[in-house]
Amino acid sequence: MFFTSIMSAAPRGERAETKLTPASGIPLKIEGVSKTFNGRAGLVEALQPVDINVAAGEFVCLLGPSGCGKSTLLNIIAGLEPASSGSVYANEAVTRGTGTDRVLLFQEAALFPWLDVQHNVEFGLRQAGVARKKRAEIAQHFIKLVHLQGFERSYVHQLSGGMRQRVAIARTLAINPAVLLMDEPFGALDALTRDRLHAELEEIWSTTGKTILFVTHNVREAVALGDRVLVFAPRPGRIVREFRIDLPRPRALEDHEVVDQTAEIMAVLHEANDAQNVA
Amino acid sequence: MAEAIKQPTTTNTLTAFQRARASTWGRWSTRIIFYALLVAAWQLLFNSGIWQDFILPSPLEVLNSLVTGFQSGLFLQSILASLGRLVLGYAISLGVGLVLGLLIGRVNLLKETVGSLVLGLQSLPSICWLPLAVLWFGLNDRAIIFVVVMGALFSITLGVESGVRDTSPIYLKAARNLGTRGIALYTQVIFPAAFPTILNGLKQGWSFAWRSLMAGELLYNVVSLGNLLQDGRDLLDSAQVVGVMLLIIAIGITIDALIFAPLERLTRSRWGLTG
Repeated sequence: MFFTSIMSAAPRGERAETKLTPASGIPLKIEGVSKTFNGRAGLVEALQPVDINVAAGEFVCLLGPSGCGKSTLLNIIAGLEPASSGSVYANEAVTRGTGTDRVLLFQEAALFPWLDVQHNVEFGLRQAGVARKKRAEIAQHFIKLVHLQGFERSYVHQLSGGMRQRVAIARTLAINPAVLLMDEPFGALDALTRDRLHAELEEIWSTTGKTILFVTHNVREAVALGDRVLVFAPRPGRIVREFRIDLPRPRALEDHEVVDQTAEIMAVLHEANDAQNVA
Repeated sequence: MAEAIKQPTTTNTLTAFQRARASTWGRWSTRIIFYALLVAAWQLLFNSGIWQDFILPSPLEVLNSLVTGFQSGLFLQSILASLGRLVLGYAISLGVGLVLGLLIGRVNLLKETVGSLVLGLQSLPSICWLPLAVLWFGLNDRAIIFVVVMGALFSITLGVESGVRDTSPIYLKAARNLGTRGIALYTQVIFPAAFPTILNGLKQGWSFAWRSLMAGELLYNVVSLGNLLQDGRDLLDSAQVVGVMLLIIAIGITIDALIFAPLERLTRSRWGLTG
């Protein structure tokens, strides 16, 4: 719906060669990545070694209850936390630390309250040394993309939760990462806003072909969005099952197939949970 | 499409009493009446003749003293001299305090060591430094400026330190993830994020600097506001003493209104802080 409008609105000539052409996704390979840390009761295994192969442009959901290491994994992929073992390969090259090819979106939007919407969206471009005028143009473009035109001069506290996530998405897309790492970004939103943002995200994904890793504890959300759902279990964090979701898109949370698939995954989660409680 | 903008919480939580108070005219007229009554009571007390003139001046004498003081140029000269010391002392405190606070806030070893020292020194009234300052610098301006710096520096340092330390890690994470590196992390993220807390430190630092300056000037004979007070006492001119006291209050309020109040308003409206 709206991304097509971007494409046609994309300025011609010199500007078209720069950031406005969306980067398509790159493959991600996660190889034996684990995380242990020293807790009060000795060494805690937050994440057992996991191997995941994500194809370029794939939408993968990491699903599981809290404490299953899925957010930790996302932080490691983003380079914000070191892994205890293993490596992350982005486009076949091993990653070290953060990189603007892989950008994390947080549950609490993490916008900068001292900047207005326009300057929040420009933030990453400014770090990249993009000239002021070009920054403003690119930011304007992505503010439109997330339907926030008219709110450029608003500060974070004046925005609703959904609007904040939209700004965070625009701020991330502005630096054109090939991989979006999303850590329960819609977890704190009401159902209606969440549905709307699902549709918008799916649209952005299908037009740009970015690789997306999406962490959630909401099974239906995972089924509605993902090409694949990796089910995590806690203590120690690990992947217990993998589901390929071949349902046609766009999907709605109420679709029969989505509901059926959800039930199946729920059963796996309960099983993992029961096994946990017995042990 | 986009959800409605959230109203700032203040408008929802104002009580009827606060709304009534919010009417500026009402507030000012109450104030004016209060001060008029205060001056009238003062005049009555003066008329009663309980105290001699040089103990309690009349309001009119104080006004006269102020007018004469400004006409002779002495008051203005003293104000400028005092403000000059204040600005210099505060600027030094600001420069050193920003760097020191940042270091203590970011390096744990420095927090444990220098941080505890700063905390201890802050509890020492800065005028206690004067004897040492006179020994070190001699009886001159530098000694007073040193006392001013000792007054403001630690408040500013601690304000910067706690602001930097309390910066939410999520801003740092988000910034690093968006490609922020090196010095930009400080100038574009840590300082702005810490600014509301830093501002509190700056404000407290300023008020300590102002108090320290007055204390220093009272004890040492130079052209200054503090010295006008001393001269007033020496000449049994209580009108001048009271006049200069009013002047000192006025300068304090003016600096607060011109510098700190607008900064506070700006941060509040940007961050959506209330209260």
